[in-house]
Amino acid sequence: MALDRWIALIILMISIAYGYTAFFTMDAQLPPFMQRNPVWPSTFPKVLSVLAIITCLSILVGFEKSGDGPKEGEINYRRLWDYNIGQVGILLALMVAYAIALRPVGFLAATTIFLVAGSVTLGERRWHIMIPVALIATVGIWYLVQEVLGIFLRPWPFFLGM
Amino acid sequence: MLEGLLIGLSTAFSFTNILMVIGGCLIGTFIGMLPGLGPMSIIAIMIPVAISIGDPSAALILLAGVYYGAIFGGSTSSILINAPGVASTVASSFDGYPLTRQGKAGKALTVAAIASFVGGTIGAILLMIFAPMLASVALLFHSAEYFALMVVGLSAIAAFAGTGQVGKAVLMTLLGLIMATVGEGALFNAPRFTMGIMDLQSGFGFITLAMAMFALPEAMYLVLDPGRSKTKDGGEIKDLRITRAEAREIAPVIGRQSIQGFLIGVLPGAGATIASFLGYAVERNIASKEDQELFGKGSLKGLAAPESANNAASTGSFVPLLTLGIPGSGTTAILLGALIALNVTPGPRLMIDSPEIFWSVIISMYIGNLVLLILNLPLIPYIAKVLLVPRTFLIPFILFFTLMGAYIGQNNATELLILVGFGICATILRFADYPLAPLLIGFILGSMLEDNFSRSMQLEGGIGFILERPMTMGLLVVAALLVILPSYRARRARLRQQGIADGD
Repeated sequence: MALDRWIALIILMISIAYGYTAFFTMDAQLPPFMQRNPVWPSTFPKVLSVLAIITCLSILVGFEKSGDGPKEGEINYRRLWDYNIGQVGILLALMVAYAIALRPVGFLAATTIFLVAGSVTLGERRWHIMIPVALIATVGIWYLVQEVLGIFLRPWPFFLGM
Repeated sequence: MLEGLLIGLSTAFSFTNILMVIGGCLIGTFIGMLPGLGPMSIIAIMIPVAISIGDPSAALILLAGVYYGAIFGGSTSSILINAPGVASTVASSFDGYPLTRQGKAGKALTVAAIASFVGGTIGAILLMIFAPMLASVALLFHSAEYFALMVVGLSAIAAFAGTGQVGKAVLMTLLGLIMATVGEGALFNAPRFTMGIMDLQSGFGFITLAMAMFALPEAMYLVLDPGRSKTKDGGEIKDLRITRAEAREIAPVIGRQSIQGFLIGVLPGAGATIASFLGYAVERNIASKEDQELFGKGSLKGLAAPESANNAASTGSFVPLLTLGIPGSGTTAILLGALIALNVTPGPRLMIDSPEIFWSVIISMYIGNLVLLILNLPLIPYIAKVLLVPRTFLIPFILFFTLMGAYIGQNNATELLILVGFGICATILRFADYPLAPLLIGFILGSMLEDNFSRSMQLEGGIGFILERPMTMGLLVVAALLVILPSYRARRARLRQQGIADGD
């Protein structure tokens, strides 16, 4: 089964769960006075779930021809291991780490480390360029966001107060 | 109209707003030139900045400037290094890159700039004429018609925007609509589908979703396949002049394609990409025999046609956005999201309630086009140096800007985890050729669609409103046909290929 059908199957399951909530569990919490309304919070989701389930099924049974292989310039997911999938994994992990560390570690340290680590992951080894570039960009962006746009970003780690 | 024009002039010609246009165009050109970053990603990244400006007309002017700049930048990279940053400039590389190979890069850029300028200007004039007319018709619409109209818009986007696979595009639209129902709705003060997670109480963030749908997958693709960002040398660019004979040759092409491009741009779902390809094809078909030979080998006509068409179409795509509040393309959908975040609801009332926004956007289109012509063109040799930034620096910065964009809007680190999660899903969806723009458009239109649906249900006391209002009924039939016809025709074509008779 091709990837696009697997995706359709997953979305089908999501729509069934969504539809189940809309049809069977949501209305129980509805206050009595709202039950006289012609439209309930669950009305629109009910319509959507039915339509989504129909569309998923039509893709699953192959009513429409699925793509005939990747086009030129697109990535062929069947040969995913030929691409730099490892780098993608590390970069995604870095982004998750950044998301978790941003508050406790502070913007300046987290961002500098993120930028340098990202470059290193992609094979950059010129530390004397990488670190200054990351530092200047970090401080510059922090200044822009904090002072010009007026949005608070905690610059230092949690133990330094602020 | 004259009065409105004056309001627009006075708003757009304030010092800050002119700075916004110039800044937006420059930023757009810079980033748009980088392969793989299209106007959608750039505008998504710029939204937090625009929103924090606070003044809706300045923000919209900035974003519009970024939009034109990005399209111009995209054509520059497709002409210079055959790496179109955007789908709508792919057609420009057919003839633009051969011209560069012949050493005529400067000339090609000038033709592109002039064609874009004329296309954009004619587009803006047509917009000025059409938008008020359409808006006055749209004032007669009720909730029921709005509901139906949005359904038409969504099905048109699903039918045209996808890669020819309507089913997938429809599914993505529905998924977007489903995602829009998460969180508290406007009409019902009850949280829905939050699964008890507090962070979902206010629904998914629109900027987070925009970043996850466009910017992140692009960056992932750049990492996966280094060939996509291959930058040969930025190249020496000289001799920007074109001769009078050449100008006479391309003038009618530009004129025709500006009008055709605008009309295509007005249709929801069609947009700049289709306009540029169609423009190229039409001009090749009506060219003389010897001109036809030149197409694809460095014809100035072949370059001017898609360039003027895509700019006129991008202007045209503002018509449904400003008059009906229905975005016709991914980019205008993102602009719509930004406007709603700024507490402006585009629609027929926009011209009456806040004319200064409506008209200043139109005026800023002229200014933006002028800026591109007189400021960017001489700077192009220098701007092209940005193509020399190594990808080892470029990609971490793109990732950082997507993270930052999602973070400063909400100041919430969970948003970043949602961003990464959706980004991975979006990349996988892209592998399988599922179009992502319909998802975002569905997400943005979702709450409006539901509000109008619920309001008409309440007014008419039930689903009967569909039958009672002929216009609603008609629009819904059109929507159904838009979705069913292409898939029916594709199926019939496939059956015919297998040697099965049609059988009426």
